[in-house]
Amino acid sequence: MTNRSPTEYYQRDRQWHPPAFAPDYKTSLSRSPRMPLLSLENALGEVTGPVFSHNDIAEIDNDLLNNFTHGGEPIGERIILHGRVIDENARPVPHTLVEIWQANAGGRYRHKKDTYLAPIDPNFGGCGRTMTDADGYYFFRTVKPGAYPWRNWINSWRPAHIHVSIFGSGFAQRLITQLYFEGDPLIAKCPIVQSIPDPEAVDQLIAALDMNATIPLDSIAYKFDIVLRGRRSTLFENRLEGN
Amino acid sequence: MVQKLNYLKETPSQTAGPYVHIGLAPGAAGFEIFDQELGWDIAGPNAKGERIRVEGYVYDGTGAPVKDVMLEVWQANAEGVYAHPEDGRAVEDGFRGWGRVITNFGTGLWGFDTVKPGATPGRNGTTQAPHLNLWIVARGINVGLSTRMYFDDSDNSADPILGLIEQAHRRDTLIATRQNDDIYRFDIHLQGDAETVFLDI
Repeated sequence: MTNRSPTEYYQRDRQWHPPAFAPDYKTSLSRSPRMPLLSLENALGEVTGPVFSHNDIAEIDNDLLNNFTHGGEPIGERIILHGRVIDENARPVPHTLVEIWQANAGGRYRHKKDTYLAPIDPNFGGCGRTMTDADGYYFFRTVKPGAYPWRNWINSWRPAHIHVSIFGSGFAQRLITQLYFEGDPLIAKCPIVQSIPDPEAVDQLIAALDMNATIPLDSIAYKFDIVLRGRRSTLFENRLEGN
Repeated sequence: MVQKLNYLKETPSQTAGPYVHIGLAPGAAGFEIFDQELGWDIAGPNAKGERIRVEGYVYDGTGAPVKDVMLEVWQANAEGVYAHPEDGRAVEDGFRGWGRVITNFGTGLWGFDTVKPGATPGRNGTTQAPHLNLWIVARGINVGLSTRMYFDDSDNSADPILGLIEQAHRRDTLIATRQNDDIYRFDIHLQGDAETVFLDI
């Protein structure tokens, strides 16, 4: 007999995340709720979430050096982006979908709304996706994105970043974030990054140069571990296996 | 001194930004890259129950439609079953119950086709009225916003979540209006007098 009672995810630490209203990030002013969020105890709809499989994606989808080729490879610094998706209990989150999108090496997005003067790269789409393995591990091959200007203040530049979307097992774990690169001086100047109040939380978004995973004469590696919400372990009398 | 707990911290959220479509709906960004985009077919061909369409706008605090928003839906099937091993009950072949949708870039209107979900199990033996779980991201939204959509032609009177909303008139912000035979209208207000109730799940 199994006990179907859901065990809840740990409460999301809203003081660790950026607040909805972050005045230096101007767009947040008109897009931030003013009323408090209604706190909800998890039920079935929160602890469950969409299930994906390898049938949903193609083998090449995690290789941004080749998944949009038009006769060549993209210009830019070749990198390996890799890490694990784990939860707050340090347990792996296996077989979950990880999606990324990014600008090219010049800081230009392949998007009809992006009009920055840096050129489109004919061999770079800028998006990829993969599933974590049984140990929560994932990797992508891509180029390091460039910084680019955006309209916030007159002279605002985003640090080089890659957008990351992660599902987890339950919809309560759903997360979109951005990863930055070790040593980038624009991180400290970015109002989107600095909307995060705790400097230690900002550090958690900075991928580390990983010389051990670097492939000599080929690609530099950056390691980026992703932590999703953890879950209470409730002991049931009729549950013999550990958890 | 006490022992260290050694829990990790959740990775902080960052805005999905204006180019979320590149990664999650590249066709809308203007190029074809994947064999199949995910999330356009919520219910699949074999789902039982009533086929419906949901449409609406997301408005910012000035009353303007948010044209670069992305919404995701997570729902049970017509019998109230979520397609997930922890539900434990079976769903129709091809029913995932998840979808994602972006707006018409010109108008901000979004819409998706699905089936009307059934009532689902709540906590402690309660029942939740039929609803869609929604998650909203966009430029200017620092942490994805969770909310849910109920149906004005269902009995929502005993729903335990609607009952938690202190100001009774704000419950209406979570209830879609049936417009004709099969289209429900559901507008989301990020801010202002009609601000939608958002959830911390």
